[in-house]
Amino acid sequence: MSAASSSATSAPAPPKVLRVSEHTVEIVSDSGEGAQKCAQIFAAVSAKMGNGVWTVELIPAEIQPPPRVPEGASGNRVRVGEHAVTNWGDRTNLVIAFNEQVLLARHRLDALADDAVLLVEDKWARSDDPEIVVAWTAAMKELSSRPYRIVPVAMEDECLTIVDNPKKGKNMFALGILARIYGRDMDRVREQIAYTFRKKSEEMYAQNVSLLELGYAWAEDNIDFRVEIPTHEADKQLVVMNGNEALALGAIASGMELCAMYPITPATSVSHLLSEVFERFGGMVHQAEDEIAAVGVAIGASYSGKVAFTVTSGPGLALKTEFIGLAIMTEVPLVLVNVQRGGPSTGLPTKVEQSDLLAALFAATGDAPHIVMAPATIEECFHIMVTARRLAETFRAVVMVLSDANLATGVTPFPKPVLDERWQAAPLDLAPVREGQTAYGWDPKTGLTQRIIPGQPGGMYTLTGLSHDERSKVAYSSGIHQHSSAMRSRKLAVLSSLLTPPPVYGPEKGDLLVVGWGSTKGAIEEAVDRARAEGIKVSSTHLRFLSPLEPGLKKIFAGFKKVVTVEINYSDEIGDPYVTDENRRRGQLAFLLRAATLVDVDCWTRVPGEPLRPGSILEAIRGRTPRGGTA
Amino acid sequence: MSLSCGLLPVLDLDDSEHEYEMSEYEGAKARWCPGCGDHSVLTAVQRLLAAEQLIPDQTMFVSGIGCSSRFPHYLKTYGFHGLHGRALPVATGIKLHRPELNVFVVMGDGDCTSIGAGHWVHALRYNMDMTVMLLDNNIYGLTKMQTSPTTPQGFKSNTQPRGSWLPPMNPIEIALGITNTSFVAQTAEWVPAHLYATLRAAYHHKGFSFVRILQRCPVFTPQVFQKAVQDPSRITMMVHDDGVVAPELDKIYTSQVHHDPHDLAAARAMAEQTDKIHLGLFYKDASKPRYEETRRVAPHTPAERVALLDKELDKYAV
Repeated sequence: MSAASSSATSAPAPPKVLRVSEHTVEIVSDSGEGAQKCAQIFAAVSAKMGNGVWTVELIPAEIQPPPRVPEGASGNRVRVGEHAVTNWGDRTNLVIAFNEQVLLARHRLDALADDAVLLVEDKWARSDDPEIVVAWTAAMKELSSRPYRIVPVAMEDECLTIVDNPKKGKNMFALGILARIYGRDMDRVREQIAYTFRKKSEEMYAQNVSLLELGYAWAEDNIDFRVEIPTHEADKQLVVMNGNEALALGAIASGMELCAMYPITPATSVSHLLSEVFERFGGMVHQAEDEIAAVGVAIGASYSGKVAFTVTSGPGLALKTEFIGLAIMTEVPLVLVNVQRGGPSTGLPTKVEQSDLLAALFAATGDAPHIVMAPATIEECFHIMVTARRLAETFRAVVMVLSDANLATGVTPFPKPVLDERWQAAPLDLAPVREGQTAYGWDPKTGLTQRIIPGQPGGMYTLTGLSHDERSKVAYSSGIHQHSSAMRSRKLAVLSSLLTPPPVYGPEKGDLLVVGWGSTKGAIEEAVDRARAEGIKVSSTHLRFLSPLEPGLKKIFAGFKKVVTVEINYSDEIGDPYVTDENRRRGQLAFLLRAATLVDVDCWTRVPGEPLRPGSILEAIRGRTPRGGTA
Repeated sequence: MSLSCGLLPVLDLDDSEHEYEMSEYEGAKARWCPGCGDHSVLTAVQRLLAAEQLIPDQTMFVSGIGCSSRFPHYLKTYGFHGLHGRALPVATGIKLHRPELNVFVVMGDGDCTSIGAGHWVHALRYNMDMTVMLLDNNIYGLTKMQTSPTTPQGFKSNTQPRGSWLPPMNPIEIALGITNTSFVAQTAEWVPAHLYATLRAAYHHKGFSFVRILQRCPVFTPQVFQKAVQDPSRITMMVHDDGVVAPELDKIYTSQVHHDPHDLAAARAMAEQTDKIHLGLFYKDASKPRYEETRRVAPHTPAERVALLDKELDKYAV
């Protein structure tokens, strides 16, 4: 069936065509109704056609929450653009909802644009259960507070014309509707369906395609508009994945061979992918009995050879801290990935937050210098693992990588990494130790040392977490502790001396500098672009290294009248009861920058349990700057 | 000799003619209290290392924190003196990555059966090939006389000054209760011949060889095993050709029971009898799967990995 030709004859009037540079789509349902699959296929096809795409999962905390409740809303937001899309955007322009309650959830979260088109399954309005009808009516009333355009769709009834159980496969009907509205290449959609359900039967594929085409035809006959987003063929080969997949594949690229972990959301999917493929690369995932054992196993493996890593989220980081201190004290290299979620405590397990920065920096008791880095994009999640492994080995250091739930579950295309053998750990060298080589033969200037691993003839020593001298002999004297503390600390200064100042996004002088870290880069830069278009003199900079801090910050800050951090963590607002400039608890990066630079760094932070919206950041920028330009 | 084991599953054997003397395994001078049971365990271990001619640079002692965990410092092998209760995760990581190393683990009763109990239970189940010693003197020594899980009921300590409230934990019963346990033995620090024979049997067992060593702390628990020390009839030796073999003790320890260490039910029944101290091998099964073997993966060169990963990335191609 050819889409373009059939619509010309059957539709009463040609559809209105909206030409836009971007559009945001959501598919929401109860858990397990296939909304995720529908959105993923739509996003993959869009990327293949040459659109920029950013996909975010909308995940309830429970695996199977009760049906038809707002808290159970599950699905995806897909932001499709003419050019690369770096974040999930502000509000959604078009929604397909499998019931009115999940739609209501999105409305209540202010996730929908005022002029959004809401396609909603309307069988609930005709339900035999009077309670459901009442709920439907109430929901429609609540939704009428905004000028949405609500389009009831009898999705299940339509599906029933070709399948017995419309619950399975409704998502393909929805995909057909989207394919028609957004002019997606149907051959590519069919290909993607075949790929997505490759482990399922031929009949399943055929049925899914029939439902897809049914949805497409239905939209031709019933939807009076189409959306056109220009596409540009990519000049590079692209790959598309989420941040946790990128971390996992990056770990393989780095040559690490052991991931020791304990299940915790949202970090676990890193190990899911590795469990599937790692052994083919000569590696393995060890699921330990607890978070403490996971880091202990990684340390044992690292100590005895190649650098190993562990992945966790907030509560797991808390449990690992004693072992982190041991690794720092004994200079055993270790990579620790923390996919941050909302905290403290169990907090918001499936939601994004950047609240572990200070916990990561000060994880261990005593003076425990270590490296902390944060990837800013999904692409960086891949490459940061290579860097982290290398730094851990070179500096005999603990390297923490702070990702977050936004990167973990966001999906976007990026250039396929061009791999390099040199990224990987060298094979173990079990040569006899050199004459005079000791366990910690600190270079007095840099604190750098070459480590000895078991199996090296002549190298026998006992590693200890007690204060020790360079031969690893237990030593409590103040002189030795002073010196060994200096040597462990010096390594960070050395690393800092090798870093370059972070680039400034925009002019190097202005009214306001926004400083961010981690997953907020795309949203911040989009907000900065929009603010500058309004004439506001604002720039931004983004930090990847939090310990040691990137150099040159004081000089960069000096170019701006004000500096503000934008972060997804909690801070007090000036003007709140009892809150003063003196006792105000600030954003975690702001805390750090103030201490490091003595600049009066302000902060704008939020903990909404969702990624920051560029529009909200724009508001914060406006509130902190004189209105520029012609305004 | 420069040897890269990145692609080699085993180390080259030291093929030199050198014969290691016991003294060559001695590290720093032991600083335990005079009369501490740890000294006799150290001697038995040094004797074992020499008897088996273990190459010091391919031998690894992992410990936690506590008096007994100072053990690695007093040996000239590689040592890992880590965290209280956490020797076993570290040893697990070492053995997973370097299965060719000889791994020994030394823990105290607080270390193993209290703060490290979770790891202990799981390490028994992993059944990795290592020799694991629980130096059980029924008390926390380094922190100065606090009740441990194995402290006898009624024993007065700094934390339970009116006497320990609960009956003591029986580590042998626990070890025998864990699925995939493969070697459980008990010996005593004051019977050096038995101690040595037990460690030797443990070392030769392929799997997680768990040995509980009863011992006295001369400062805090000098009396705990005193009756048994003075009266050998209070000890029942479990004898079997496939168990702990120390015939030189037959004349002193006349209370003997023939126990087939492959009989788990009999071992559990024996472990429950607390009126007498049983020394010897409770249980052994060399056929139990070992985690490091189950998980062994074929090594890859960097070039192979790059080629494979490049293909893997194509699965994500847009």
